[in-house]
Amino acid sequence: MTSLTALCTLLAVSALLIILFYIAWQGIDSISIRFLTDTPRPVGEGGGIGNAILGSLVLLLVSSAIGLPLGICVGVYLAEVGTGRFAGAVRFIVDTLTGIPSIVTGVFVYTILVIPMRHFSALAGGVALALIMIPIVARTTEEMLKLVPHSLREGALALGAPQWRVTLGVVLPAAAPGIATGAMLAIARVSGETAPLLFTAFGSRFFSTSLNEPIASLTVQIYNYAISPYDEWHAQAWAATLVLMTLVLGINIIVRFLTRKRF
Amino acid sequence: MPVQTAAPKIEVRASTPAVTNGKAKVAVRDLNFFYGRVQALHDISLDIPERIVMAFIGPSGCGKSTFLRTLNRMNDVIPGTRADGQVLIDDHDIYAAGTDVVALRRRVGMVFQKSNPFPKSIFDNVAYGLRINRMAESSSDLQGRVEQALKDAALWNEVKDRLKTSALSLSGGQQQRLCIARALAVRPEVLLMDEPASALDPIATSKIEELIFDLKKQYTIVIVTHNMQQAARVSDTTAFFLLGKLIEVNATEQMFTAPKEKLTEDYITGRFG
Repeated sequence: MTSLTALCTLLAVSALLIILFYIAWQGIDSISIRFLTDTPRPVGEGGGIGNAILGSLVLLLVSSAIGLPLGICVGVYLAEVGTGRFAGAVRFIVDTLTGIPSIVTGVFVYTILVIPMRHFSALAGGVALALIMIPIVARTTEEMLKLVPHSLREGALALGAPQWRVTLGVVLPAAAPGIATGAMLAIARVSGETAPLLFTAFGSRFFSTSLNEPIASLTVQIYNYAISPYDEWHAQAWAATLVLMTLVLGINIIVRFLTRKRF
Repeated sequence: MPVQTAAPKIEVRASTPAVTNGKAKVAVRDLNFFYGRVQALHDISLDIPERIVMAFIGPSGCGKSTFLRTLNRMNDVIPGTRADGQVLIDDHDIYAAGTDVVALRRRVGMVFQKSNPFPKSIFDNVAYGLRINRMAESSSDLQGRVEQALKDAALWNEVKDRLKTSALSLSGGQQQRLCIARALAVRPEVLLMDEPASALDPIATSKIEELIFDLKKQYTIVIVTHNMQQAARVSDTTAFFLLGKLIEVNATEQMFTAPKEKLTEDYITGRFG
């Protein structure tokens, strides 16, 4: 039993480590200040991914601003408010949403946002990513809230707190570290998404923070460079992958620090 | 199937003087309580006079905790429960339509069996009820009230230098006294205690018991306990419950020396339960 589980763990962890080291090994050579700050250039002229880093951050910001509050609210509804058949139906739909292929989400947002607006935009990309985040955040929020002991709710109710104040002031703070972990999971998941951005944020060769314009992102940039026939772009794709991984790790550390258990 | 059909027959003489003539803070009249279709309380009528300690004793599952929780409508949060009858606090029926349950729970405080401090600082725990009920006029007023509540709960000297640290860093007995302080801070008129010392060691228990003795000067206290010595030590009046029925209410001294009911005698002498 011990040796079997240890073997499986070793296999899984080593696969992960090999990927990490391979990316670092392939990517580290192309990383320079210029690469991190410049915009893309034609083959042979170097160029960088500065606009893609900025674009990815803008997309993550937009999607988090939409997806996290909505997802947390759905989770609160499922754990604290909703009962009976309707809540069951909501839970089922949320679970189903988790399994929808992300490209379908991209096409859906293309239909409801890009076509009416007549152009690609950072907003559309953010909405597509938010749609992917919502079910993840909702379910983890629900699970975390259910872990908060019932006695805490009763303690607050017994002091004359109305239900909404119990949820906001006692239950949510108690579950905050867990909810933050769920939020991290969702952010990490969408920061690696490419497919839903192809039809929505599209990509851009310039620095932009406008939500109304197409915007570059690391994943789409990696995708475009990786399928190109040029060795230089392949190397840049590896480097961009390394940057993306570091970015996700950085966000992870920051959020963990901000929501660390204080009490 | 109602549960009571399987239960042994309990004969209760109608003469049990659960209802006194004096001024009652809490007056319960013909209260029946149901968890779904299971009846947990049967025709309870009881007066709780002001500024005394009343203990509820009885074996596990006899309904004493359920009854305690009907007094601040804490059972409302459990789906599928229903109460019939009246619970009058200062002659006002708390089960009447339109009762403000939130305001009721501020007047009738509660301390639970398992201490349940919020994952906040010691200060914020005590201040919680004051803040949500907007009872403090200024931050210095808030601090004063928190200090007073902690003093009332005999905890101030142990925590005055670390009010900003986590409540969860306190010992079990301190946590329970913090929960008492938290309940006292909002100045309730009645304090319900559901086996407040059952998870504590003897030293912490005796501190809680001394505290109850002091608090009785200001509050009407109802305490549920499994421990009959505790009931004998802290209470003025004791009520004995069995299988959802109120068997006997008596002055504590009399209850433990010369109970009126055979069932009470059997219980306190350890013949069952």
